[in-house]
Amino acid sequence: MSLARKRVHYAGRRLAQAVPIVLGIVVMNFLLLQLAPGDAADVLAGEAGSATPEYMAMLRERFGLDQPVWLQLLIYVKNILSLDLGFSFRHNMPVLELIMERLWPTLLLMGATLLLSVGVGILLGLLAAARVNTWRDTFISVLAIISYATPLFWVGLMLIVVFSLKFDWLPATGMESVAMFYEGWDRVVDIARHLVLPAITLSLFYLALYTRLMRAAMLEQYGMDYVVTARAKGVTEQRITFKHVVRNAVLPVVTMAGIQVGSLLGGSVVVESVFGWPGLGLLAFQSLFARDFNLLLGIFFLSACLVILVNLLVDLLYTFLDPRIEMK
Amino acid sequence: MADTLLDIEGLTVDLPAGADRAHAVEDVNLSLRPNEILCVVGESGSGKSVMARTVMGLLPPRLHPSAGVVRFEDKNLLEVPPAYMREVRGERISMIFQEPMTALNPLMTIGDQIDEMIETHSDLARPKRFERIVEILSDVRLPEPERIAHAYPHELSGGQRQRAMIAMALILEPAIVIADEPTTALDVTTQAQILALIKDLQAERHTGVMFITHDFGVVAEIADRVAVMQHGKVVEFAEAGEVLNRARHPYTRALIAAVPSLVPGRRDDVKIEPVVIDVRDLDKRYSSGGGLFGRKEARVVHAAKSVSFTIRRGETLGLVGESGSGKSTVARCVVRLIDADGGAVELDGTDLLVLSKREMNLYRKRIQMIFQDPFASLNPRLKVDRLIAQGPVIHGMKLEDAIERAHELLRLVGLDPRAADRYPHEFSGGQRQRIGIARALALDPEVLIADEPVSALDVSVQAQVLELLADIRKQFHLTMLFITHDLRVAAHVCDSVAVMRFGQIVEYGSTEELFTNPRHPYTRELLNAVPGKEWDIPDFVHAAGADDD
Amino acid sequence: MKEFWKRFSRNKGAVIGLLVLSLVVILAITAGFIFPGDPFQSVGKPFEPPFGEFLFGTDTLGRDVAAGIVHGARTSLLIGLIATVLAVGVATIIGGFAGYYGGWIDDILMRITEFFQTIPSFIFALVLVAILSAQIENIVFAIAAVTWPPITRLVRGEFMAMRNREFVQACVVLGMNDLLIIFREILPNTLSPIIVTGSLMVATAILIESALAFLGLGDPNVMSWGFMIGAGRTFLRTAWWLCAIPGIAILLTVLAINLVGEGLNDALNPRLRNQ
Repeated sequence: MSLARKRVHYAGRRLAQAVPIVLGIVVMNFLLLQLAPGDAADVLAGEAGSATPEYMAMLRERFGLDQPVWLQLLIYVKNILSLDLGFSFRHNMPVLELIMERLWPTLLLMGATLLLSVGVGILLGLLAAARVNTWRDTFISVLAIISYATPLFWVGLMLIVVFSLKFDWLPATGMESVAMFYEGWDRVVDIARHLVLPAITLSLFYLALYTRLMRAAMLEQYGMDYVVTARAKGVTEQRITFKHVVRNAVLPVVTMAGIQVGSLLGGSVVVESVFGWPGLGLLAFQSLFARDFNLLLGIFFLSACLVILVNLLVDLLYTFLDPRIEMK
Repeated sequence: MADTLLDIEGLTVDLPAGADRAHAVEDVNLSLRPNEILCVVGESGSGKSVMARTVMGLLPPRLHPSAGVVRFEDKNLLEVPPAYMREVRGERISMIFQEPMTALNPLMTIGDQIDEMIETHSDLARPKRFERIVEILSDVRLPEPERIAHAYPHELSGGQRQRAMIAMALILEPAIVIADEPTTALDVTTQAQILALIKDLQAERHTGVMFITHDFGVVAEIADRVAVMQHGKVVEFAEAGEVLNRARHPYTRALIAAVPSLVPGRRDDVKIEPVVIDVRDLDKRYSSGGGLFGRKEARVVHAAKSVSFTIRRGETLGLVGESGSGKSTVARCVVRLIDADGGAVELDGTDLLVLSKREMNLYRKRIQMIFQDPFASLNPRLKVDRLIAQGPVIHGMKLEDAIERAHELLRLVGLDPRAADRYPHEFSGGQRQRIGIARALALDPEVLIADEPVSALDVSVQAQVLELLADIRKQFHLTMLFITHDLRVAAHVCDSVAVMRFGQIVEYGSTEELFTNPRHPYTRELLNAVPGKEWDIPDFVHAAGADDD
Repeated sequence: MKEFWKRFSRNKGAVIGLLVLSLVVILAITAGFIFPGDPFQSVGKPFEPPFGEFLFGTDTLGRDVAAGIVHGARTSLLIGLIATVLAVGVATIIGGFAGYYGGWIDDILMRITEFFQTIPSFIFALVLVAILSAQIENIVFAIAAVTWPPITRLVRGEFMAMRNREFVQACVVLGMNDLLIIFREILPNTLSPIIVTGSLMVATAILIESALAFLGLGDPNVMSWGFMIGAGRTFLRTAWWLCAIPGIAILLTVLAINLVGEGLNDALNPRLRNQ
């Protein structure tokens, strides 16, 4: 079987394995809804403002809430699997439609953050490890450990104070200046300007993490036997670093970046609500306050699916980086 | 001097402050001639590897040569600039390492790693270089050299990887090859092939080879001249025949005396004793992957395939085989560390495999085990007397009595009972192995399972531990199952031997018969592969010199 | 113990971290003495700048920021500590059994762990607190619920490695029962990585708690740093210090804990000592 076909098979198998996880999340969501105070009928009745017992009973019958719990669960699972994530009464829209509208800003933010944190993190880690125990290493390491301890939302607020309020260099909220009706290239530049602060805010923690990881991995790889072999071949130190050590040291960073995607999504809730970035995170934040549980659970469900998908992509990438990985 | 390639004079390498001695290598004088194999032999910590790495300029940063000269092609390699040293490395002096798996970069193909050598030292064009690579890979007798060139290290076997390393070392036809224990990580039959290969290629190319080893058998197999190192010094340096048969220095004589002979010793007849252990049709499969949710296709390894043997009271049965032959699996099934899939293990007529966990615990004290790794087999957080007392306490003895007994046992295994109050890490490997033996004896077992009990030890310590085991066996009339990969040890210790391969016993008989008249081809292959089998170990009177650490 | 301190104090960052952390702990313990009464009580004019009548000034409702910081320290540390103890406890039991027994027990337990690891943890915590209501117990539960999986995998890995160590096999051969082996033989030997991870987990828990409180999911009856930042963010333009000061408190505390964790790692895992 060719390598490419192997990868397709592998991806298919991995997706099949994701099914039980997705089902598990659906079931958990159902249970969480059961835990929430009141049921859909209470919510709807609350919306309408009137709640005669007869009306409530009718609502319950219509939503199947009078059915046994296991039947409700089955219906719920069936609905979600046919991508019916329910209805958001606050927004008066199907949850799925709402989420899809808000998905792209979040993907943009996450993509920018991933590039920034992995790219710069690898670079800084490399710079630190290449001159270990010098002032450069100390500087990078201290910076990393401080960034690692800083709460995301606070960084965001402080960046706004400095770069938006004090100097007025960059916009503090939103994804674009809607009132300006920019088009084409101008619009891209506008969005990019809005993206700078949120992306830096969300990156900082992960950048610190990958810097530290890359540095440690480089130092570990420098101690490996194959480095001695390369020296015994008369290879220069520079070539040893770039041809041998860096390639091996990047592997754990890629693994970690894959693992952190879920946490990145969580971080985007905080960052989007700080910067008013109109993505899934902001939507989640708003649904919290509106106590719109259908919407909240829908976002939760979709972000879990997103994590599964990104993990699969990272694992596929890994098969290009490491020949030892077996696509079983 | 045209007849010396490499001249080492008065070489001293300092150890960092706080080490157990001042110098890793002290005042070493050695020379390597063209077209010879010089074996540098010594036990762990003798400084032989440090010496070799000094020549290559590959010392770890904490070690520095403080005196002496390493002369090669009219230059002192200790004083040349780094760029010159890089020229020398690989092109004029190359190196082969002990562990070919870790010595190769896992992310680069074999071909690319060899190619890096040529690229660094020449301007050859890529197609020409690839031609040379394929040629050298076939010179080291790798099958399908083009496929191997495109393979990654993990796709090759241990022996193939070492051949690839040798190919890499030889591709630029260096004047000198330094081989640092190149066969230690390999099985005995693979070792024999690699030794033959090194010898052949060396003779063809007239290379000077400095071969570092701890094994006098290997020395006997390939050496032209021998240097013996102890505590960083060369204590003896002469022609191979001189050292092997007429060694002068007491340390060399002690080392040679500690090498077990391949000729089985005289044995007491145990035929009349009753059978204690009766293993019948023991079966064990491992399936890797698979699992409850069937995520991966399961791969099944048949680690033991209808293995049968009996051991009589007072008898020692050796289970011999290479790595992966299933010998350790069998040992672990017998003590039920692993649950067998089928068959029976009878102790005095009771089948242990069908017992419940609770019932099994009643039999546990009758059958005890000694482990291989003296560093992993003792709980680092328990003092020695507690460690030894553990067994008796579990089986109902009062703690004070058990501790009392632990002191007696320490004396029995040749340790000072005052050692009882210390932690395992304060002891040397050989001493720890004695503690492990004391722990096993604390339950007064009838049967001892010894899983490679001496293979992690230096040869002089190995001899002492084997002697201790022999004493104990006699004193308590113990029945023993002795797992080993080393045929010399088997010949020395066992009354009868079973040879295992791919989970099966291929030949089973008395030690004397099996060693003098092997019938199965694999047994013959194993015996033929023992390094130094032709060497008749001289009968030095047991000389002083080597001690337990 | 002496050896431990020697190795710990060789890491200068760890010593500084320990000093800062001790200070925070002392403040948290003595909060009731330094600032008696309710930190939600307004004590002066709103928007007093720092270093005037009040050390850190007053907030939008005239509450003393310094009092909030000190009482917030108590909340952060308490939630961080309890959530970690809970998560580490669950992780040790699940990871320990999975690693020791292997086979189908391991398969089931690890599949459950993997499941929880796939879920985006902060969003899950958000959902849990939103649905269960924002009380301090629910917050602790939610944080523990999203932090146990990585510790579980660590513990399982350690137990699996230990299970095949020969000293454990020797105990099996001696006839020791499984619970004794797990808790008396293996656990003490895996304690140091668990302690190190646990200490770093306290920092993570504090960060999660502050983010929850910032989003308005803190317990409304308890003063916390995240809440203070969330309440101050609307007045970023006029009173930026309302956000800055509690943020620095979080930063220093989390940094101190991380530094101490690294020092513990150096001191407890001597393998790395030589690097």
